[in-house]
Amino acid sequence: MKAYGVRWALLLPPGLVLFALFVVPVLMMVITSFRPDLRGGPFAWGWDPTLQHYQNVIGGGDYLPLLATSARIALLVAFLACALAYPVAYFLAFRVGRSTSLLLTLLIIPFWSSYLLRTIAWKIILGSNGALNSFLGFLGLTNATAPILLYSRSAVVVTLIYVWLPFVALPIYAGLLRIDRSLLEASADLGASRFQSFRKVTLPLSMPGVIAAFVMVFIPTVGEYVAPILVGGTRGSLYGNIIEILFGDGINWPLGSAMALLMLVGVFILILALAKVLRVRNLIEAVER
Amino acid sequence: MISRFRILPAYYAFLVVLLYLPLLVLLLFSFNDGTALSFPLRGFTTDWYEGMLANGQLLAAARNSAVVGVGVSTVATVLGTLAAIALVRYKFPGKTLFLMVAVTPLLVPFLILGVALLILFSALDVDRSLLTVGAAHVVVAIPYTVLIVASRLVGFNRNLEEAAYDLGASFSYFLRRVLVPLIAPAMLAAWLVAFTVSFDEFVLASFTIGREPTLPVFIFGQVRFANRFPQVVALASVVMVLSLGMVLLAQRLQRAWTRR
Repeated sequence: MKAYGVRWALLLPPGLVLFALFVVPVLMMVITSFRPDLRGGPFAWGWDPTLQHYQNVIGGGDYLPLLATSARIALLVAFLACALAYPVAYFLAFRVGRSTSLLLTLLIIPFWSSYLLRTIAWKIILGSNGALNSFLGFLGLTNATAPILLYSRSAVVVTLIYVWLPFVALPIYAGLLRIDRSLLEASADLGASRFQSFRKVTLPLSMPGVIAAFVMVFIPTVGEYVAPILVGGTRGSLYGNIIEILFGDGINWPLGSAMALLMLVGVFILILALAKVLRVRNLIEAVER
Repeated sequence: MISRFRILPAYYAFLVVLLYLPLLVLLLFSFNDGTALSFPLRGFTTDWYEGMLANGQLLAAARNSAVVGVGVSTVATVLGTLAAIALVRYKFPGKTLFLMVAVTPLLVPFLILGVALLILFSALDVDRSLLTVGAAHVVVAIPYTVLIVASRLVGFNRNLEEAAYDLGASFSYFLRRVLVPLIAPAMLAAWLVAFTVSFDEFVLASFTIGREPTLPVFIFGQVRFANRFPQVVALASVVMVLSLGMVLLAQRLQRAWTRR
């Protein structure tokens, strides 16, 4: 009886907060997405549920292609960040002796400086009068017709890879550490070359960590709208920018809600598809530092 | 074979240099005597730092972020610890669902959570302010605090609890003298992580902010004004060093208790 009371005392405060500030808002967004408009306020009654916003998004126009672009960029960023970070994680997990924690910390520090600032740093670097071009010009390496690197999708991709790179190294590193070293010895004893051991043992066993890292980059990137504003320009706009505009200026919340929900559904489908390999433990490692 | 040993360290060094270069560029321009963020550098100055200290709006934004961060991390740590204890120590119906709801905020793009909260706050006619920003940050900080404290509790020896009861401890005594001291380092680490999450967060804040900006919101608003921007860069450099200190502290704490 007493233990039962304790249970409720433990569960109720976090449960209520999560319900009120997470479950309810998302449900309200679902409801909003079926409303024709917001006339009569949020609690207005008697409106006819409509699928028009979903039809708007799916049926035509630029919305769906833009969502596909956002997804493609998020996949690209997540994949490249993982691929670039993997050798470093491998190095830290298998090749370094005593100074591992120092080298690991050195790698992660940039991630803990402001996300916004790191993006702005790239705006400064890539700008037409920015650090990179002016530095090259200063050295006499480029002339006035130097390519403007800023304001393109490539700039967005480069910036986002930079932003996430230190972060993905962590779960990959943790995944590599968990690999039983005796398996590698066994494969060496059985005559496998280093490369074969890596391909047949290390790489497959490290995939849970890699996938956790991949997901943790994909999710924020698919909804990204800040980097496109800062370094993407009008040509670099993504799906998230449309949502932000629809809500930011209060133009069309129901349409924005429908767009946001379609994206959310997409994210959850991806997570479910990866659910078998994506364990909560890997996510813990992704966030713990 | 020997080359493998050389390639990996070289790659590591290359990547680290690449990661720090943009930050160094920021730092460099914060001491540059000119508003144009381009080379060649004009000369050394600390004007931007002095201007920063005299810029009331900027300091107010920094203070707002600190206040929100402290409030958010304290609330999120308490709630996360309660949830973690419940999840690790007890069985209850709907446990999986509860865990899912507690962790899912981590799996939802902040943009979506931000607009959902915007809908909620406007429906309830809540004036947007630092409080609403704090509420939004608590939601995304809870998964971190739950997971960090829970991972410490999983290693907790059940015998300690039984021993405490066998020796006549009451539940509250057990809580105060056994459980909390054991998970205190994890709670502190969770607090620090939650603080850095909140302090740096822009997307949720931009949807839930009222008149008073947090630091990231303020910084974002300043990007347009080239002549004031070096001040922002100067402040960013200061914040960078401070948050670095906090992260190193958090890591030291975590390592201290994993070694035990």
